Amino acid sequence: MSAHEHASEPHGTLREYVTGFILSVILTAIPFYLVMGDVPLSKTTIALVIMAFAAVQMIVHMVYFLHMTPRSEDGWTLTSLVFTLILVVITLAGSLWVMYHMDTNMMPKHVVSQLL
Amino acid sequence: MGHALTSEQAAARTLFHLQDEHDHEAGGSTLLGFWIYLMSDCLIFAVLFATYGVLGGNYAAGPGPKDLFDLPLVALNTSMLLLSSITYGFAMLSSYRNNVAGTQAWLFITGLFGAAFLGIELYEFAHMIHLGATPQRSAFLSAFFTLVGTHGLHVTFGIVWLITLMVQIGKHGLNRANARRLACLSLFWHFLDVIWIGVFTFVYLMGMLR
Repeated sequence: MSAHEHASEPHGTLREYVTGFILSVILTAIPFYLVMGDVPLSKTTIALVIMAFAAVQMIVHMVYFLHMTPRSEDGWTLTSLVFTLILVVITLAGSLWVMYHMDTNMMPKHVVSQLL
Repeated sequence: MGHALTSEQAAARTLFHLQDEHDHEAGGSTLLGFWIYLMSDCLIFAVLFATYGVLGGNYAAGPGPKDLFDLPLVALNTSMLLLSSITYGFAMLSSYRNNVAGTQAWLFITGLFGAAFLGIELYEFAHMIHLGATPQRSAFLSAFFTLVGTHGLHVTFGIVWLITLMVQIGKHGLNRANARRLACLSLFWHFLDVIWIGVFTFVYLMGMLR
């Protein structure tokens, strides 16, 4: 095996896997508790907090389970991920934005008259 | 240029080309290629998430998330997938030490957790369909079954791959090709866990908040 390939091959350690697992358990348990327990927070606050926890947990998985570093595969792993994330954000934000306005503007007449 | 090269120039030129040559091993770019496949898979899920985001509130006067979702069951399902992630990690660590028996044992445990995840998911689907919450019932349910079902289908194929790989390792041991396949399945398996974070957050938890 050439030194070049060896350097770019992602290798995890026991410590990495265990750290990732413990962090994931915590980052999963808190959102479930926020929704299932009686937490005196507004629904919007809880929604924002659990989305933030999901984002952090995804990064934890990327780092500790998928062993991503900016250097893996000479940076091409990260480059393709960033490109994909841009497309994902355009798809999600664009769909929700456009379809929300379509819904509002194309509401049947009887619904609009009820709202007025 | 009409004149012939001196032997020294020719040698220099050859050397230049030799230095530019890379060492291309068989399968050396497989992991990057597989990663790019996963990124395209990520786009499939992005489209399904967007569809669910748009249609997730259209119940057609049918049952909504609060009538259908059972969060303790989802929590159990999530823990199955998370446990399977770390046991796959242990399989990888055993394979680095060239420990065939250990790798096989951890792969088997990973497969069991994966099967438990699928079993719980199928139980949930069967229960919903029994209640009349079929994919045909409303746009919300169509989007729900498509998104969660596609993830479940990925896990199913992951288990098929895992069993195939266990047979391969049993026959040929941890040779280069099998180590590479193990690394690819590792990416696939952990990727599915990342997608599941999105599913339990956006579909189940946020569904209960609607």
